[in-house]
Amino acid sequence: MNPFVRATVLAFFAALAMTAGASRTALAQDTTFRGITLIGNYDPLRDKISVAVLPVSGAFGDSLRAIVQRDLDFSDRFAILPIEGGDADAARTGGAASGLNYSIFKRLNAAAVIQMTSTPTGVHVALHDVVKGQVVNVGDFALPSAGFSREWRMAVHRTSDEIARWMTGQRGIAATRIAYIRGTGKAAAIRIIDSDGAGEITVPTDENGISPAWHPSGTMLAYSTYGDVASRIVLFDLTTSNSRTLTTAPRNTQYITPNFMPDGTSILYARSGESGSDIYAVGLSGSDAPRRLTAGRGAENASPTPSPDGRRVVYVGNGYGQPELYIMDADGTDARLLTEYDLSDKNYRSDPDWSPDGRLIAYQEKIGPAFQIRTIRATGGTPKQLTSEGVNEQPSWAPDSRHIVFTSTRSGVRQLWILDTETFRMRQLTTSAGSRLAAWSSRLTQ
Amino acid sequence: MNATRRFAGLTAALLSATLIDACHKKAPDQPAPAVAPAAGPNADSARRAQEDAARRAAEDAARRRAADSAAAAAAAARDAAAAAAALRTTLTAMVHFDYDQSDLRPEDRAILDAKVPILSANPTVMIRVAGHTDERGSDEYNLALGQRRASSVKAYLVQHGIADSRIQTISYGEERPMAQGTDESAYLQNRRAEFDITGGPQTLRKP
Repeated sequence: MNPFVRATVLAFFAALAMTAGASRTALAQDTTFRGITLIGNYDPLRDKISVAVLPVSGAFGDSLRAIVQRDLDFSDRFAILPIEGGDADAARTGGAASGLNYSIFKRLNAAAVIQMTSTPTGVHVALHDVVKGQVVNVGDFALPSAGFSREWRMAVHRTSDEIARWMTGQRGIAATRIAYIRGTGKAAAIRIIDSDGAGEITVPTDENGISPAWHPSGTMLAYSTYGDVASRIVLFDLTTSNSRTLTTAPRNTQYITPNFMPDGTSILYARSGESGSDIYAVGLSGSDAPRRLTAGRGAENASPTPSPDGRRVVYVGNGYGQPELYIMDADGTDARLLTEYDLSDKNYRSDPDWSPDGRLIAYQEKIGPAFQIRTIRATGGTPKQLTSEGVNEQPSWAPDSRHIVFTSTRSGVRQLWILDTETFRMRQLTTSAGSRLAAWSSRLTQ
Repeated sequence: MNATRRFAGLTAALLSATLIDACHKKAPDQPAPAVAPAAGPNADSARRAQEDAARRAAEDAARRRAADSAAAAAAAARDAAAAAAALRTTLTAMVHFDYDQSDLRPEDRAILDAKVPILSANPTVMIRVAGHTDERGSDEYNLALGQRRASSVKAYLVQHGIADSRIQTISYGEERPMAQGTDESAYLQNRRAEFDITGGPQTLRKP
């Protein structure tokens, strides 16, 4: 019952063109993208391309294959076909120049076959189009010699992401990391894990560090500190492991919720003090005085999150009573309420995150007794509720503007989960209780 | 053996009767012995004994007085320490808040009112007010709410004459719960402002 077996033959490009979007148009112009021939009315957001990944010989071959299969699976754009030893052996015989027996894969309803071969410097990848019966893309990828190392795994994730781009025109999100907080009280610390949950490290931070945020380059984190020593915004360089204080809050004030502007040269944050909380911007050089963007007049404005073009900022404010989402221009003018508000509506809305494609804002809203994740178009309108089981909060978008990492109690305790907003598939990312405040990085190039 | 013993008893009785009679007859002829001081080694030793007794009594009294006064001092110190501890307890007594609110409730204003005279009587004492929240709001936004609660407490104390510079405000948001649990009684305990004495003398002066 393969969804692709229908009457019409449709090149994937045609389907891609139907899903308008600036970033996708740009990718469609990329000449290295060939795509995979699909049969049937393919919906690129809901349907999955059936892919077979052949066994890989050589040291780490099994791990390489397992990671690529999982990366493609976690992208929620591919259905991974299990290829048993017999099929794999049969597939290699009786084929054409490529050495693949395409009839076997046609029988398995595979649209694409990924063939990986270990090389002295890494891995050679060939992408087979089963309908065309030919190789449609090849590439060589360098892998660090230390198999299973954090760097090796990230290089494999980058390979997976490029293979995904060969098939769909859009790079995968496996080569990303997620920063978050785990632990309570003084044991709380900032951790970083790969998008598949592996390779955790603990960032050497102040014991009261909170609210990690990624620099757009993926090479730096910002976080704020709280407690009985002066609150600070701290920058942590992931390349050198050096920390530096960007700015220290004056007495009786607290810096919270830092976020980088998309150009990576400045940080937005909230300063909370005796006259409420206001949003400020400060350059990373530390030489310029912070600029105040909101005039809260006693209200609490916090959690500033810029639009991907850096022209607007969504934030939380409670000028009307309970916390609501507002959007203002990046210079602090023209602030407007984003979330619908009326006097009978006592819903608490907070923790906004602007999708990388600029279309949607994910946030948490109190529905009944518990927070749930919702999205709303950046232009306003009717929100869409994405969760309902347990308490779900603190959403952060993946670079594909499709997946969201968030905090959920659905398993009994707070853990990080990943939701595909197109298929609503969920997967649990962390297995240590008390995980929260996740921030998803951009695609990492190192 | 019995006859011999009976005879001895009788002899003793007769003898003692004779002796008593003799003493009785003799007594009126003898002058009464003088109580007045008399020279000789026996008189000296009596005087020394008297002096020793007097000295011992004086020493005992002094010891008793010293013990009494030490006890009194200890009691006073205990009282003072208890009073200081009580002052400290009053000064660091927590106040609590309604859900998502930073306004002071009447009972919490009374708790703050009790702190004002202590702060006035101890002008070098510095305090730190830490605002806390329950876990129901946003983790991050709760840091702002905690700061607002601490600020609200500080504003009240400043209005009542305590110098701004003596009160520092910080927030822990929901990061340092007082009570674990997910019911209203735990939440109520966690929505609080805590007070720390960060400077000034060890012993607080009474207002």
